[in-house]
Amino acid sequence: MLIFVIRRLAVSIPVLIGITAILFVMLNVVPGDPVALMMKEHASADVIERLRAQMHLDDPLITRYLRFLWDALHGDLGMSIKLNRSVTSLILTAFPATLLLAGCAAAVSWIVGIPAGILSAVRRDSLLDNFFMGFSLLGVSMPIFWSALLMQYIFALKLKWLPVSGFYGWKYLILPAVVLGWSSAGVIARLTRSSLLEVMRHDYIRTARAKGLREVRVISRHALKNALIPVVTIMAIQVATLLSGAVITEAIFGIPGVGRISVNAIQSRDMPLLQGSVLFATALVILGNLIADILYSVLDPRIRSEMKRDV
Amino acid sequence: MSMPVESVIVGSTPETIEEASFLGDSLRAFRRNRMAMAGLAFVVLLVLSTIFVPWISPHDPYRVALDEQLLPASATYWLGTDNFGRDVLTRILYGARISLVVGIVPSLLSLMIGTVLGILSGYFGGRTDFTVMRLADMMIAFPSLLLAMVVMYTLGANLLNIFLALALVGWAGVARVVRAQTLALKQKEFIEAAHAGGTSRPTIMLRHIFPNVVPTLIVLFSLSIPEAIMWESSLSFLGVGVQPPEASWGLLVAKGKEYLFQAPLVAISPGIAILLTVLAFNFIGDGLRDALDPSMKD
Repeated sequence: MLIFVIRRLAVSIPVLIGITAILFVMLNVVPGDPVALMMKEHASADVIERLRAQMHLDDPLITRYLRFLWDALHGDLGMSIKLNRSVTSLILTAFPATLLLAGCAAAVSWIVGIPAGILSAVRRDSLLDNFFMGFSLLGVSMPIFWSALLMQYIFALKLKWLPVSGFYGWKYLILPAVVLGWSSAGVIARLTRSSLLEVMRHDYIRTARAKGLREVRVISRHALKNALIPVVTIMAIQVATLLSGAVITEAIFGIPGVGRISVNAIQSRDMPLLQGSVLFATALVILGNLIADILYSVLDPRIRSEMKRDV
Repeated sequence: MSMPVESVIVGSTPETIEEASFLGDSLRAFRRNRMAMAGLAFVVLLVLSTIFVPWISPHDPYRVALDEQLLPASATYWLGTDNFGRDVLTRILYGARISLVVGIVPSLLSLMIGTVLGILSGYFGGRTDFTVMRLADMMIAFPSLLLAMVVMYTLGANLLNIFLALALVGWAGVARVVRAQTLALKQKEFIEAAHAGGTSRPTIMLRHIFPNVVPTLIVLFSLSIPEAIMWESSLSFLGVGVQPPEASWGLLVAKGKEYLFQAPLVAISPGIAILLTVLAFNFIGDGLRDALDPSMKD
C-alpha cells in the first residue's frame, strides 16, 4: 500500500512542477510592465528601474522561474501588485470561505445524488427514475451562473426567504451551496444509477436473491458495497469541478473566497495574485486526484494489483 | 460540468466502419432515438433562425431606444426589451451566432490536436507516449475554467483567443481516449498484417487506425460542443470572454443581471437558450453514442 502511494506521488509531483512551469511562462510573457501598472504614471523612470531590480524582473525567464519555484516551495507566492500584501496570506485568508462553500456543495450533491441514483436504479424506467434523471440532466446542462441568478431571483428577490448575496452566516451559504451542489448531484446520481445497474447483473446478486434475501437487503448489503466504489472516487475528483464552479458562485454571491480572488486578479491585472491563486487551486485538484486514486485502491483490491504492474 | 469523456467512451472499439451496413444500422438506430431527433430538430431550427434572423425579426439588435427600456414581454417584444430598449429575443438570436461558432470551432481544434497526439502516443508508445500523456495529465489537473481564464488574461479577451483557450482545455481528454483506442487497435491482426505487408507506419496510422477512431471522434465532438458553449458563456459572464457590443449568451446574462428585479426576462431568457441548446447537443451526443457503439448502453 505504502509503495503504491509513493509511486502515485512520484507521478503527481512532476505534474505539479510541470504546471507551475506552464503557468509561469503563460503569465510572464504577457505584454505590459507590472511595475508600470503598479505605479501608474506617478513614478519617475528611476523609481521604476529600482523596483524592477527589486522584483528581479530583468533576470532571464528561467532564473525567475526557478526563484518562483523555490519561493513557492517555501510557501511564498510573491506580493500582490495591487493590494500590496503577500499572495500566500491573501489566499489563506480566503480559503476557509471556499472550503466551506465547496464542502457544503459536496454535501448537497451526495445527500441528493446518491439516494436519487439508488432509487432510479431500483425503480428503473419508472416515473421516479425519469424524474430524477431529468432533474440531474437539468443540473448538468444548466450554466452555474444562470441557475445562481434564477435561485437569487426566486428565493431572494421574490420570496425573500434568503439573502441575495454576502457572507455573514449560514443563511448566506444555502443558495450558493445548492447551486454549486446541483450540478455535481446530477453527475453523482447518474453514476450511482449506472454503477448499481451494472452490479445488479452479477451472479452474486442472483445468489443473494436465490438465498431468499429481501430485495432491500440484497441492495443495501450486497450491491451497494461494490456499486459505490466509483461514486466514492468521483467525489474526490469533484474537487476540480467544484473549484471551477466556485469561481462563478463566489463572484455572483459575493463570497470572499479563492475563486473571487482569481476573478479580481484578472480584472485588476494583478499577475502574482492570479498566478498564486490558480496554482493553489491546481494543487488542490492534484491532491484530490491523488486521494481518489488511493481511495480507489483501498476500496477495490483488484486495482491495487493492477497498478502494481502498470506504474 | 458533464461526465468526464473517458468514462463515456473507454472500452469502445468500433471495428466495422467501412461496412455500409454499420453506417446504415447506426443511422437507423439514431433515427429511432426520439430524444436525439428532437435535439437535432432544435439545433437545425436554431441554426436556421440565427442565419435568417435579420429577415425574421423586425428589430435591430443594436438600436438604442431609451424610451423603451426594460419593457415586459408583449406582442411586439416577445421577451421584452433590455436596458437600452433593444429586443431581447433578437439579441439572443444574434448571440446564438457566437455561441454556436464557439461551440463548434474549439471542439474541432481540440479534436484535431487530441486525435493526432493520441494516435502518435498510442502507436509509438515509449518516450512519445510518456511526454504526451504527462502533458495531458497537467492539462487535466488544471481546473478548466481557471486555465481558460489564464489564457484569456495572457492573450487578451477576443473571439480567436476563446477558441485557443477552449482548445487548450479540451484536447487532453480527447488524446487520452484516442490513445486508449489506438492501443487496443494495435493488438489487432489487421494491423499486424499491414505491418507484415510492409505498409509504412504513417500509412498504418492514417489508413488503418484513424478510420477506426472516427466513430468515437464523432461522439466526442457532439459531446464537446455543449461543453464549449458552457465554458464560453461562463468566460463571457465573468467578463473575460466575448466583449460588448458583441453579444454572446453568457454576456447577455451578465448584462441582464443588473436588472434582475425590474426585468428578469433579460437575464433569464438567454440562460434558457443556453440550457436548451446544451440539452439538445447532449441528446444528439447520447444518440450518436448509442447508435455508433451500442455496447455503451447501460
